[in-house]
Amino acid sequence: MTDGAGARAASPPDARAPGLRRLRILASQVALGVVLLALWQTLVSLKILDAFFVSRPSDILQRVARWIVSGTLWGHLTVTLEESLLGLLAGAALGISLGFALARSAFLALVLDPYIKMLNAVPRVVLAPLFLLWFGLGIWSKVALAVTLVFFVMFFNTFQGVRDADRVLIDNVRMLGATERQLVRHVLVPSALTWIFSSLQTSLGFAMVGAVVGEYLGATRGLGYVISQAEGTFDTTGVFAGMTVLGIVVVIVSAVVSRLERWLLRYRDVT
Amino acid sequence: MSDALELDRVSREFASPDGRVYRAIEEISLAVPAGAFVAIVGPSGCGKSTLLNVAAGLLPPSSGAVRVGGEALAGLNRQATYLFQQDALLPWKTVRDNVALGLVLGGARRSDAQAKADEWIARVGLTGFASHYPAQLSGGMRKRVAMAQNWILDRGIVLMDEPFSALDVHTRQRMESELLALWEARPAGAVREPQRKTVVFVTHDLEEAIALADQVVVLSAGPAARVVAQHRVALDRPRDLLELRTQPAFVDLYRGVWAVLREEVIKSQRGAA
Repeated sequence: MTDGAGARAASPPDARAPGLRRLRILASQVALGVVLLALWQTLVSLKILDAFFVSRPSDILQRVARWIVSGTLWGHLTVTLEESLLGLLAGAALGISLGFALARSAFLALVLDPYIKMLNAVPRVVLAPLFLLWFGLGIWSKVALAVTLVFFVMFFNTFQGVRDADRVLIDNVRMLGATERQLVRHVLVPSALTWIFSSLQTSLGFAMVGAVVGEYLGATRGLGYVISQAEGTFDTTGVFAGMTVLGIVVVIVSAVVSRLERWLLRYRDVT
Repeated sequence: MSDALELDRVSREFASPDGRVYRAIEEISLAVPAGAFVAIVGPSGCGKSTLLNVAAGLLPPSSGAVRVGGEALAGLNRQATYLFQQDALLPWKTVRDNVALGLVLGGARRSDAQAKADEWIARVGLTGFASHYPAQLSGGMRKRVAMAQNWILDRGIVLMDEPFSALDVHTRQRMESELLALWEARPAGAVREPQRKTVVFVTHDLEEAIALADQVVVLSAGPAARVVAQHRVALDRPRDLLELRTQPAFVDLYRGVWAVLREEVIKSQRGAA
């Protein structure tokens, strides 16, 4: 989440060789992963941990590799990503519109406030069976679940972003001759966008959580379905393999989103 | 010459959080002739900004009337531009788009507006920075952009609220000189003597006020600030701001006005303590 006006990027301490610094960080990250996996593998090999309960890294990687080679992974992954993306888009559309409407109308905001708080307090897992009932076993029940998560992140950020728009900027643009519509377009929307973009990471993560939890509780395809199937047969290797794939996908998608975010908000951290 | 801006017994009250009424300015009457440069000085918290916001139409007066060019002001003052104390540039727009903003809002074609913006960017000495974002500029440069953003609209009245107070002393003196140069400049090819803009310049710095203005208005300590004195500044123009401050005429004036302002500053400090 953004910290507003103070959000100017500090220059990295090791500005002389930023490439070298990034390489060092990357190397350390890889090293940490290798150490943890090696430890896990060793503990299982020495029978300190039981492979039945925690599987072992070599088996998990083999399983993932087999999924990739046989092609079974792609269908499930595509479904999960599709649900997440649809959930993100629909949740964003709803959250942004309502956030805007409420930020512009103090009356509406006050009237709806307790209802929004109540709805946000509902644990989403509770909603999943209802959505299954309403929207069926296909992708739409998962999209709906993702929407309930994304909506609130987007809603609160938009609301805050519009409310937070600098009074002086608004006055200045009005003095320069802006109509209400121009004010919205030139000040309020861009001001809210900085908040919305900053919450894109969180929203995307939530969208995927919604999709996977939905699949887990009832589906015929998707990564959540794969994990739940494996759990049903005490196949811990399958469970960990599913989680691994999910984790890797999230890291890749986050990297893409943060690139996008940096580009969209490029006016902020210019040096 | 008629008055460009007239405040007629203007008062403005605010409701404080505990429900009491706070009167910022009380029955202020002020007539600013067209083409005059008027500075308003007063101790901090005396309602100078409130006064300017009322003149801009951003705040309606609680009582009294504002007249612009003889007509009662309703809503925003469309004859005026406003240079704010704080940074008011849109951070997501480049220098060029910020300067062109007023023209674009007024319905000008984007290409025309940008061409004119480039002229103004050159006029305030920022050639080469048109594609920069405000965050990439120094405080002084941002003020120049803000000045260009205002002056490009060519409105008759320029309201300025302590525009240079956040700048260091040297940048500030340069900006003051550039402001006067802009104000005194004749557009190239003008057939007749153009009407100078009417400037209302709020500051807490008496030196700045005298150096720039034709007329210095002193407000009393708040709350319920009033006009306590008005002084004419009969110094020749164009003024050399680097030399001006040591000239006897300037020093005499300063002494005269400070005698009045001093009392108000002391009152405001006593009130704050």
